Amino acid sequence: MSLTVVSPGMLTLIQDAGRPGFGSSGVGRSGAFDRAALRQANLLVGNPASTPALELLGGGMHIRTTREHVLAITGAVGAALVDGHPVEHGRPFVVFADQNITLGTFAVGLRAYVAVGGGLLVDETLGSSSTDTLSGLGPEPVPAGAKLRCGLPAGPPLDGTDVPALIGSGSTSVDIVLGPRDDWFTETALAALSASAWTVTPTSNRIGLRLEGPHLERARDGELPSEPCVFGSVQVTSSGLPVILGPDHPVTGGYPVIAVVADRHLDRLAQVRPGEILRFRRG
Amino acid sequence: MKLLPCGDRAVLLDCASLDEASSWFAALSDLDPVLGAQTVLVRGNTAELRAAIATRQPTPSTLATEADEIVIPVSYDGPDLAEVAAVTELSEDEVIAAHTGTTWTVGFGGFAPGFAYLIGGDPRLHVPRRATPRPDVRAGSVGLAGAFSGIYPRSSPGGWQLIGHTDMALFDVDRKPPAVLQPGMRVRFEVQP
Repeated sequence: MSLTVVSPGMLTLIQDAGRPGFGSSGVGRSGAFDRAALRQANLLVGNPASTPALELLGGGMHIRTTREHVLAITGAVGAALVDGHPVEHGRPFVVFADQNITLGTFAVGLRAYVAVGGGLLVDETLGSSSTDTLSGLGPEPVPAGAKLRCGLPAGPPLDGTDVPALIGSGSTSVDIVLGPRDDWFTETALAALSASAWTVTPTSNRIGLRLEGPHLERARDGELPSEPCVFGSVQVTSSGLPVILGPDHPVTGGYPVIAVVADRHLDRLAQVRPGEILRFRRG
Repeated sequence: MKLLPCGDRAVLLDCASLDEASSWFAALSDLDPVLGAQTVLVRGNTAELRAAIATRQPTPSTLATEADEIVIPVSYDGPDLAEVAAVTELSEDEVIAAHTGTTWTVGFGGFAPGFAYLIGGDPRLHVPRRATPRPDVRAGSVGLAGAFSGIYPRSSPGGWQLIGHTDMALFDVDRKPPAVLQPGMRVRFEVQP
């Protein structure tokens, strides 16, 4: 009933749809960074869309099977091999007992999702099995040697429906809605926000994507009283550089939010690699 | 109150004070609101949220009730007690008396699971944050910063002036809601005998 993680790679987490509804207790939603990729991986193996699955950062994972499973890999793309034979990205595939699944370093994108038919059986904290890297709620990152318990497949894998693979161009655009605190910034800053090619820095993680580019000038002094923020909020820190909040962001923040990334483009943020370019498009 | 956009799946109610924000927080309690210092966030379809908010009135009375008072026993042995006494020009005993002498109110949360900004304390206790935050504040530490008091629910980095600690658990995932301190509740500190 299990998959053995020989090597988890750079960072492997268990993620589902997260734990909404606990904001007033200071608990963020967390959950898969690329929500569409989680959904697709689960549907491909016949699971309900928000079943817990593996979220791999960067790639480089090695799993050994102890029985037959149906798996699917979505999101970031890298070489995926079963006993040395390539398997297709975005399509369900079957593995048998005592096989080795390896995922190479991703060539395109940053986060891949590995779903298993029947789902990963993981204890829930506040209704979710997701690891919240900020608050520490949920399971620890998957360690080497972990035995992942899996359920019994709920339905047959979905075949004939390929999930289109990510296309890497090194440059990603996301739509934004200005506000709630765009009035804290100068016209020049607002223009620079959407005119600039922002570089995603290596310090980015599930809490936030830190961007490098022109410093955004404030139109006023003073401190913002802490206010609630959302996944996709573009906070501007006191240095003038933006941070886009990720799924593990704190529930409230004290920096003004100049704009918020449109919901339909949040998944793109999960796949931008350090050093790549991000652009904001005003909707 | 001004309604501000917060992306395409939420709106932010921008209020003039924490009192006004708390009243809106109470009026929107069925919409899973999140309270800030002067703001309330609600998530969902923004057109529907705007329509819902237009039919509501802020309700000042429903948040705090006498029954919601909680007493927190504190050992006043924090590493910054002497520093707080020096800054406030009180003796250490007077700091403790000031901290235990008034009833605080839970303003809002959000810094960490179970953390709450407590307001309405003795104005003599207003102190700045530490110039350099500590990398590791022990769980249960009771601190002061600005006009607020607060309790670290778990060990974490932190820049508040620590005057004591409590053994009371303030966050429990098996509790409903998991955070003990909820907006509007009254809090009284008591010297741990």
